[in-house]
Amino acid sequence: MNHESLLHISKREGLVWWQAWLIRLASLLLGMVVSAAFIYTITKLNPVRVYAAMWDGAFGTTRRAWVTTRDAMMLLCIGVGLAPAFMMRFWNIGAEGQILMGGCATAAVLLYAGNAFPSWLLLLLGALVSVLAGALWGIVPAFFKARWNTNETLFTLMMNYIAIQITCFLVAKWENPKGSNSVGIINSRTQAGWFPSLFGQQYVMNVILVLAIAVLMFLYLRYTKQGYEISVVGESENTARYAGISVRRVLIRTMAISGAVCGFSGFIAVSGSGHTISVDTAGGRGFTAIIVAWMAKFNTFVMILIALLLVFLEKGAIQIASQFQLNDYASNVVEGIILFFLLGSEFFIQYDLRFRSHSHKKEVQA
Amino acid sequence: MTQLISLLTSAIVFGTVILYGAVGEILTEKSGNLNLGVPGIMYLGGIAGLAAAFLYETHAAAPVGAVGLVLSFLAAIVASALGGLIYAFLTITLRANQNVTGLTLTIFGAGLANLFGGSLNAMAGGVGQIHVAVTSQAYRAYIPALAGLGRVGQLLFSFGFMAYLAILVALTASWFLNRSRVGLNLRAVGEDPATADAAGINVTRYKYMTTCAGAAISGLGGLYYVMDYIKGTWTTDSTIEALGWLAVALVIFATWKPARAIWSAYLFGVLYWAYNYIAGLSRASIELFKMLPYVVTIIVLVAVSLRRSKESQPPKSLGLSYFREER
Repeated sequence: MNHESLLHISKREGLVWWQAWLIRLASLLLGMVVSAAFIYTITKLNPVRVYAAMWDGAFGTTRRAWVTTRDAMMLLCIGVGLAPAFMMRFWNIGAEGQILMGGCATAAVLLYAGNAFPSWLLLLLGALVSVLAGALWGIVPAFFKARWNTNETLFTLMMNYIAIQITCFLVAKWENPKGSNSVGIINSRTQAGWFPSLFGQQYVMNVILVLAIAVLMFLYLRYTKQGYEISVVGESENTARYAGISVRRVLIRTMAISGAVCGFSGFIAVSGSGHTISVDTAGGRGFTAIIVAWMAKFNTFVMILIALLLVFLEKGAIQIASQFQLNDYASNVVEGIILFFLLGSEFFIQYDLRFRSHSHKKEVQA
Repeated sequence: MTQLISLLTSAIVFGTVILYGAVGEILTEKSGNLNLGVPGIMYLGGIAGLAAAFLYETHAAAPVGAVGLVLSFLAAIVASALGGLIYAFLTITLRANQNVTGLTLTIFGAGLANLFGGSLNAMAGGVGQIHVAVTSQAYRAYIPALAGLGRVGQLLFSFGFMAYLAILVALTASWFLNRSRVGLNLRAVGEDPATADAAGINVTRYKYMTTCAGAAISGLGGLYYVMDYIKGTWTTDSTIEALGWLAVALVIFATWKPARAIWSAYLFGVLYWAYNYIAGLSRASIELFKMLPYVVTIIVLVAVSLRRSKESQPPKSLGLSYFREER
């Protein structure tokens, strides 16, 4: 019934990289126009001033610029963690849970050993346990996937909520002061187990750690045998088996790495930024990072750009919201709109659209 | 006994919210679309219903509950179907990845709903929390004569009409998927779109229709939550999101069968509220108890993959886009 269709869709043959980026940029601009229109309808604020205010919210002061950088690094770290899993076509929707487990493990170290060990040892221990906890949270669904082909999208999704409840349990257990329903700032007096300030800036260490992980992951995925195995399994499990790769082992190993990096970002969130633990330690970033990793096509450097863009939108929209007494959720709306456009734009990069004219059709028939 | 009745009633109210979400998602997934936007769609349905009722109640001189009910019901259906349409357009026509699109829809829906839910009243120049008393009253109306029939009456007849509608929708969906020609075609699309296409089924149209219809049903869960569960107000938090993910879990638990989703939903309700009826639980252990529905879902998920029985598998093409050209 579609043989008369006016549109002809075909796969594009190799688009030059800058053309692809031009399409993405155009869709980003289109998304920003629609978002501005949306903000205009509820605030009646001049759209140009909207983005000026957003810029101010994200980078207006040195402090704001650092917070924006810190949050972008956090998002980047999670995205980097997800990259190997996605490259393997393993849908790890469980970053949220892996972050929380890493964060809880770190918080436990800071709370129980805060007075017993020097700060550098606490940091080392915190990093270690967070990596282990995150890896564990990644291995469980991978094991079932490898053994019985259990659907990993749904499994990892459920693991998030188990992690969230464990976090709520620990928050209630560690509550300080009693009745506040929060853990409060851990070791606020001694600052034991906190990231030290480097070069007079609080968040320099976050940047260094995350960028190091990003570079290492890039090298791992591109230049090592294990990275190659991941991409073969992602392309086709049968090919991988034929080539003598143990698919089960690759699945479990890769998810251990993926979970470990996500767990490590929980460590950064607790030791390096929030100094507390709650479900907001992850706060939906595990889900946002999925979008970051996917849109960057697993390229860790492109992820930096996308992570920065998303955090910029978030901070900017929060600024506008507070100026107009709206709540922070305005940022999620703007984020959603822009992501819809970016997601849609991939189609125009992958496929070529041609309208069939009548004369052309006759030509074909003749 | 009184305690048991009260546990069961709260379980039914809780179950109704996620039953709508799950039945809508079952339909969607049967067409091969794994829509992780269910929480977002439930948010959209909830806020659209609330906004419609709010506008009506603030503008009408003497608001009538039934009118508010009809308006908010329609608004919820339209808004959630539109949410489904965004998802359908991106994943079916533009072939975007389903998981990522669904998650974005959840971010978008939660943002839009909480933005307006939190500030609608202030925007209209009112003070305090938004409240649509008249419409909510209509949603929660039941027949007192029947509900007064002792414990049985309380257990069976003390709910607003949407609790019964949910059962009806689930049973209809079950009949539709198993007995109707269109439903069987739909399942063929979800199992193997290429074969369905070859058999002359319009895959694109089926996917579009079910994704939008499924979203409309899921959105009713949000509406029921807003109008009945929290009595026509709004709480700016992530409760609906958590309920939405539970609805996704329920789809697995019910092994993609709408009729089975009915009792499973109530069972989730019992599991969720059980901590209220166990004496001597600390606040911390209550949080552990709330984990139960998710743990049970994982067990079912693993069991399903272990047994590999044909009837309880997910649709074969679930999560995959269909490109006719790449067949």
